[in-house]
Amino acid sequence: MTAQPTPWDADANGWFGDSSGQQWGGRYMPEALVAALDELTVAWQDAMADETFLADFDAILRDYANVPSPLYEAGRLSELVGCRVLLKREDLNHTGAHKVRNVLGQALLTRRMGKTRVIAETGAGQHGVATATAAAYFGLDCTVYMGSVDMKRQALNVVRMRLLGARVVPVDTGSGTLKDAINEAFRDWVASVDHTAYLFGTAAGPHPFPSMVRDFARGIGDEARAQCLDTYGVLPDAVAACVGGGSNAIGLFQAFLGDEGVEIHGFEPGGDGVETGRHAATIHAGADGVLHGARTFVLQDDEGQTIESHSISAGLDYPGVGPQHAHLAASGRATYTPVTDAEAMEALALLSRTEGIIPAIESAHAVAGALEVAKRLAAEKGPDAIMLVNLSGRGDKDMETALEWFGLGTEK
Amino acid sequence: MTSRGVSVAFEKARADGRAALVGYLPAGFPTVAGGIAALRAMVDAGCDVIEVGLPYSDPVMDGPTIQRAAQQALEAGVRIRDVLATVEAVAATGTPTLVMTYWNPVERYGVDRFATDLADVGGAGLITPDITPDARTDWTVAADAHDLDKVYLVAPSSTDERIAMTVKACRGFVYATAVMGVTGARTTTSDLAGPLVARTKAVTDLPVAVGLGVSNGDQAAEVAAFADGVIVGSAFVRTLLDHADDASAGLTALTTLTADLADGVRRGR
Ligand SMILES: Cc1ncc(COP(=O)(O)O)c(C=O)c1O
Repeated sequence: MTAQPTPWDADANGWFGDSSGQQWGGRYMPEALVAALDELTVAWQDAMADETFLADFDAILRDYANVPSPLYEAGRLSELVGCRVLLKREDLNHTGAHKVRNVLGQALLTRRMGKTRVIAETGAGQHGVATATAAAYFGLDCTVYMGSVDMKRQALNVVRMRLLGARVVPVDTGSGTLKDAINEAFRDWVASVDHTAYLFGTAAGPHPFPSMVRDFARGIGDEARAQCLDTYGVLPDAVAACVGGGSNAIGLFQAFLGDEGVEIHGFEPGGDGVETGRHAATIHAGADGVLHGARTFVLQDDEGQTIESHSISAGLDYPGVGPQHAHLAASGRATYTPVTDAEAMEALALLSRTEGIIPAIESAHAVAGALEVAKRLAAEKGPDAIMLVNLSGRGDKDMETALEWFGLGTEK
Repeated sequence: MTSRGVSVAFEKARADGRAALVGYLPAGFPTVAGGIAALRAMVDAGCDVIEVGLPYSDPVMDGPTIQRAAQQALEAGVRIRDVLATVEAVAATGTPTLVMTYWNPVERYGVDRFATDLADVGGAGLITPDITPDARTDWTVAADAHDLDKVYLVAPSSTDERIAMTVKACRGFVYATAVMGVTGARTTTSDLAGPLVARTKAVTDLPVAVGLGVSNGDQAAEVAAFADGVIVGSAFVRTLLDHADDASAGLTALTTLTADLADGVRRGR
């Protein structure tokens, strides 16, 4: 089904927000890429209005990616906080995260556009793995750029990408993390646009990426909203997701933006604590600026140089954020709160032990933040209150980090 | 029109029946003082226009050579005041001097404040590689208020409509990117440059300069045959990187390269 436009959507040029006030997004890009971005915008809009494309997308998600994911009531966790905690189980998707939705959508679009090669950036490696998977599925040539620091942190995902047939290119420049991998992917794209699609990994970057990635990820929220209504007969009181670039969060939030009674919470990576300066809480601590083609919040110094971000989770370690989140934050429709490394790791352990679900560290940020909201909801509204959390991915890739953090190498 | 604008240099080259040579180095590379000395050597050896790069943490349009130089400058703590000091020292030679910069630092500094300070030190204007005239910025207003040149890029992938829109927003010259790709010296010139320059010249009387890839006099001569200016960056940076531990040998090599390129822009026609 074709989604109806809402006041929360961007205008034709990719601007989010009321034209009389502050606007976010747009397209700040080298001229060399404008033609490709225009071509992509037209192709995406055509596709979203084409029932055949949408049916193909649904079928691939269902038959190949295990979507729709279940909405699971976490019983023991609910008992612990005093109200219902529902987990949208994106960790059960093929490749282990919500990212597979976006890449299958973009890869399907790539095939429709007649391009034969895809490139991608990756931080945690989840988007890289998802892209390599989609490339294998559609028979496309695939190159993934990954910061050399991240390649060490997420070695397992590097192996997965290579097994899937992708070329993984280490990026040493800058901080050797996600933002530098994005720069390198753009550099590749400038020289290869005639036959290459850039499968951007999150709902950030120049128009049309923030809106297009959102459209491909929005099944998360559309499904969760329907599943919640089906089972409980009511909407949730609050929804929550972690925010790196913002794809899983906007994919969840979009369905609820018009539901005034539903609180919307984004949880940002607080690293060692925002006060230490070692964090990636872009909305909380960043300033209005332009990064990777969009006007948004950016972690930057007093001269506009991007500041290196820090998070225990590579997938959230990004000094920018998708422009629709900037708009939702500035307008007050959604609330964004930092969650520290320590809080996230505590939630990771808690979810593992109470529910038998090991979340990605990214998702553990959402769980940690949501549990606090849930406690408040329980106090305000009682045990029937519903806290819906997007469990964006599973934790297999993070076992090395967990081993170090918890010192699990030996039996205590 | 001001005397600091680049048009004067292009007019002079045109009167001489040749193309102008435009040379680039990032500020603060290899050091602030070393960069000034290098740019002055390039002026002495025949550069008609200078572009001073503002080192930025996320240079998406630059290849490995310029990235490395910019990163080195940033690690040494280069600031916008150093960029302005570099502009001032080079502009004092009478050679029109532009700043080439990614957008976010200008915006963070304050667009009008940047324009004011750039005009104050005698800078000619800005080249802005990661924005297009239709991106939303306050640059047009600020540049017009301070009579600064506005140089935007056109690319082989640009449609005729976009080229027309872009040249209308330009003052000084139009920057034609000869290849689809980032900065970096290349061994062959691109066959995309000629048609792009022709399409651009069809809709503007502004000089059109070609950049991305030129590294020697022969290539400069080839480009000078159809363009009003030849822009060289990575080859200069490469020369300094190759002489990292001997500053005076670096300056000598830079002078030799500039002379070769200056000869090239004179041989082209
Ligand atoms: C499991 C998981 N969740 C969340 C994210 C963060 O990305 P986004 O904010 O785009 O959802 C990542 C990124 O790699 C991820 O792997």
